[in-house]
Amino acid sequence: MRHRKTPFIFGFLVVPVVLYIALVIWPYLQTFGYSLTDWSGASPDMNFIGLDNYTKLFQDSAFLDALQHNLLLLIVLPLATILLALFFAFMLNVGGKSGTGGVQGVRGSAFYKVVFFFPQVLSVAILSVLFQGVYRTDKGGLLNGVLIGLGIVDENHPWDFASNPTFGLWCVMGVIIWSGVGFYLVLFSAAMQSIPKDIYEAALLDGAKRGTTFFKITLPLLWESIQTAWVYLAIAAMDAFALVSTMTPGAYYGGGPDHHSEIMATLLMRNFITYGKAGYACAMGVVIFFITLVLSVVSLRVTRREKIEF
Amino acid sequence: MGSATEYNRRDLFKRAAAITVLAAGGTSLLAACAGGSGSSDSKSGASPTLGSDNKNPFGVKASDALDVVIFKGGYGDDYAKVFEDAYKKAYAGANVSHLGTQEISGKLQPRFNAGSPPDVFDNSGAQAMKADVLVSADQLTDLTVLLDAPYLDDPTKKIRDVLLPGTVEQGTINGKMYSLNYVYTVFGLWYSAKLFKEKGWTPPKTWDEFITLCGTIKAAGIAPFAHQGKYPYYANYVIFSLIAKQGGLDLVKKINACDATAWDDPAVLAGVTAFNKIMEGDFLLPGTNGMTHTESQTAWCQGKAAFIPSGSWLENEMLASTPADFDMAFLPIPSLPNDKLPATALWAGAGEPFMVPSKAKNKAGGLEFLRMMLTKDGSSKFVATANSLTVLKDGVNADVPLKPGTKSSAAAVTAAGDVTFNFSFQDLQTAFDAEVENATNELVNKRISPAEWVSRGKAATSKKV
Repeated sequence: MRHRKTPFIFGFLVVPVVLYIALVIWPYLQTFGYSLTDWSGASPDMNFIGLDNYTKLFQDSAFLDALQHNLLLLIVLPLATILLALFFAFMLNVGGKSGTGGVQGVRGSAFYKVVFFFPQVLSVAILSVLFQGVYRTDKGGLLNGVLIGLGIVDENHPWDFASNPTFGLWCVMGVIIWSGVGFYLVLFSAAMQSIPKDIYEAALLDGAKRGTTFFKITLPLLWESIQTAWVYLAIAAMDAFALVSTMTPGAYYGGGPDHHSEIMATLLMRNFITYGKAGYACAMGVVIFFITLVLSVVSLRVTRREKIEF
Repeated sequence: MGSATEYNRRDLFKRAAAITVLAAGGTSLLAACAGGSGSSDSKSGASPTLGSDNKNPFGVKASDALDVVIFKGGYGDDYAKVFEDAYKKAYAGANVSHLGTQEISGKLQPRFNAGSPPDVFDNSGAQAMKADVLVSADQLTDLTVLLDAPYLDDPTKKIRDVLLPGTVEQGTINGKMYSLNYVYTVFGLWYSAKLFKEKGWTPPKTWDEFITLCGTIKAAGIAPFAHQGKYPYYANYVIFSLIAKQGGLDLVKKINACDATAWDDPAVLAGVTAFNKIMEGDFLLPGTNGMTHTESQTAWCQGKAAFIPSGSWLENEMLASTPADFDMAFLPIPSLPNDKLPATALWAGAGEPFMVPSKAKNKAGGLEFLRMMLTKDGSSKFVATANSLTVLKDGVNADVPLKPGTKSSAAAVTAAGDVTFNFSFQDLQTAFDAEVENATNELVNKRISPAEWVSRGKAATSKKV
């Protein structure tokens, strides 16, 4: 029956592969093509201009600033999210009172797990509305209201949070971390639960403290999950468009004040939709694509470890 | 711009729709690019010429279908159906297709890229296509032929004779008119006449009076001035009105043309310095610099601030939040000493741009549709439902009741007469505008001085399309 098997498998694969090529690969390739033209995005006419868009791109100070902001996100976002998620996951799964009765989480860990995961079920649009309420710049805002109530902030000069040139991007980062920790907490929890309890019990019998069990047992056995989380968060850091464009001030897709929270994606959209420089925007898209690709490959390579079997 | 659609334009959910374009790390953005498969042989056809038949000057063929796309925003899209019915009555054989949508760009960009645009469309809302982009891509019909066509209610007049001043200019790019902006908007300050009467305040005529009054208002425990800080172009309504009145119409022209020398005119510095007195006096509503248009306008409706800048769509936009006895009133921007324009002069212009694509199949039909929108009956129906004026001179039948804000802005339009000015760069020079908005945002936050604002504005002229 071997001759029957091939068409069977092929029948299953051909549709998704064709769809994938038509809807993902082909548009990607087209974008590479468009990035070599002066296409306006509003007409079928375009001229081939070679690598002009790319040379312009790397002389464009706005783009280079945006790139820096993305790199900042790239460092802070995965680091903060993974550390927080790891800490919480450890506390919820094995951080409970050591000694008696083996390995357990802190009291009420099942409840905390739900609470921590909650932000993950909110859509980005809701997150944005929610945190615009939190960061609102008069005393109607949650933070300002509390701070003014406590007398820390002067009612006539409330804090400007997301519209502050220094802290704007950090405010957005806070939201991304807040919403992301829950997901990675659950991811790490699942991985931790698959670690056999006898390993912990053996360590505890040998007199290991929480810190030791974390660094000597949990972390090495969790390495693959962390690696995955890192790659995902790096990709998220290259995007961040939704929150930056809605929460920060500025003309057309936010990024303000005065480009202080500009990221590559907001700049791309403004060039594509608002300024009619679609070819140029496509070049940005290509650059973002390659940066993301290189980052993923590099972080997978660098963090490669010997797989631990148990 | 310049319409109740403003409310939607900056609306989060519209943006959220745009966001989906990028959601998958750029994947779907790339899909958005994938529309450009049109052939290049469909270069724009000849513009229809004007025939002698007053009833059908563009030579519409009754058998040709008409394809209409309307932005379904603050005004809905039912008003367009009234005009479509009129069209069907005149051309019985025509099959009129109607699309009311908020995703103008999403629906039309692929069609433009494929070379099969609609015959007439209302290019408004959050996802409007950029007029400057369309023009430079040679996608729009020159509407001069419409301006020279006979007016339907009185064929002895031409359409250009019955439009309010500024309408033609507003739709003009590089010397040709490409869009008929249907809704007439005035820009200035708004206040509650009821509050002012209670407190015994008189609406100021000069900027000095305005600043003095701001002091009085502040002493009374109300913030004198609120603005829509997250979108700094509202504050620009005040700054650029001051500049225009001080410097005159030639200066307005030069600024709109992104002429760098315009910014050396002392009127520019005088205008922005006058505006800066609001910051010097600490007259801003606390927090207003970071608030959205909805947040700050609501605070203003609640009486937390006395003045707010906006266009005349404000009344319709804030209907739900305005107290019944608020008595909304419009104030032209007060004048500076030695102004070149009179105190009654107004920033007035037309919004809700209707366009006829150059590659439309039934261009004549599209033009005729626009002509039909400009009748007194059609205009009155629009005014009654949208609480906003149209660009048709005296375009309101006497029996249409007006709300206080609309009445007050209509009175300002009458008082201004022919002396109106209009800054079109906010729509037509978007890259320049974005930089000027950034500079204004820095100014209201006291991070730059008026002189720095001027030099940043001058530098931004290099972004001319």
